[in-house]
Amino acid sequence: MANLKEVRNRIASVGSTMQITSAMKMVSASKLRRAQNSIIALRPYSALLSEIISKIMGDDTDLSDSDYGKKKKLDKVLLVVLTSNKGLCGGFNANIIKATKKRVEEIYKQDKYIKVDILSFGRKSTEFFRKQKGIEFAGDGDSIWDNLDFEHINKIAEDLMNKFKTGNYSQIEIIYNQFKNSASQIVTDEIFLPIQTPTKQKDKKSSSEGNLIFEPSVDILKESIIPQALKNQLFKCFIDSFASEHGARMTAMHKATDNAQGLLKELKLSYNKARQAAITNEIIEICSGAEALNE
Amino acid sequence: MRVKIISPEKTLYESEGTLLQLPGIDGSFELLVNHAPIISVLKKGVIRLVDKENKELKFEINSGIVECINNNIKILVQ
Repeated sequence: MANLKEVRNRIASVGSTMQITSAMKMVSASKLRRAQNSIIALRPYSALLSEIISKIMGDDTDLSDSDYGKKKKLDKVLLVVLTSNKGLCGGFNANIIKATKKRVEEIYKQDKYIKVDILSFGRKSTEFFRKQKGIEFAGDGDSIWDNLDFEHINKIAEDLMNKFKTGNYSQIEIIYNQFKNSASQIVTDEIFLPIQTPTKQKDKKSSSEGNLIFEPSVDILKESIIPQALKNQLFKCFIDSFASEHGARMTAMHKATDNAQGLLKELKLSYNKARQAAITNEIIEICSGAEALNE
Repeated sequence: MRVKIISPEKTLYESEGTLLQLPGIDGSFELLVNHAPIISVLKKGVIRLVDKENKELKFEINSGIVECINNNIKILVQ
């Protein structure tokens, strides 16, 4: 039979753990709501941007001659990896790290002379890839998660675009958790640069607006709208990852709280059993003592 | 005319307007009611907007794109 004091101690420690996990769950739930709001807020912007892009591009969706669309020979690849700064969020970080490792192997299998660099956002992947041998670590930007806004992403996007333009890298990919709902995240590997030619939609009304004025000119418009689209794409990746992180943590903490509750129930049962056994024992002792005196 | 100003983080303005002054990339320009359909690029500067009650509103932007079709003006800003 379990020791009474031992069980009591375990009950206390499980109880305080449960308090922590349920508090973390609530914190994540409120952060998740904020992140979801910013995803929703971005939606009209993205929609309008792609609408304007399709108007500017018209039938000519070939981007391969622009600065950011040129397909170059694959010799240096940059993987941008988005994870979180803090743990306790289930498989959120592990999945990304696994996917990144797989992607690196894939690239090496294709051609082992391709150079792969990793740029990490999130302490978890930074710690991991810094220690890895054979992977070039390009740097990190963990502090981005403390203050996630468009301005910071702007700088990162410009930096990445510059690196691509000047030929530092021939391909830039982003590996992140796409936000589906609070319980499920999809690990996604997206090619950031060179720009993927947008899938041509069969536009019904484009002909009716054929007499648009493009000021100052279509080429300048294209030149300035492509970076906008790229920044928008990067921002979306970041807020998706942010929302996914909190969704994953909320789910993980919810499960942990449930587990703790189950454990607590079992422990309380065995505590009560042990207490009852002790009382019964005591009664038996008293009774037999009294019996012995009577004789 | 309907004016909608959207940034990646939120919708800054969505209502009627009568005059819109924009920092175009080749110099400032204005949009009034019944302007011809246009798409243009904006640079860093201030958007000046006069609404229905003749009140003047100002928005600072770093860059942007404006689209005006059939008195429907949509501005993407940063």
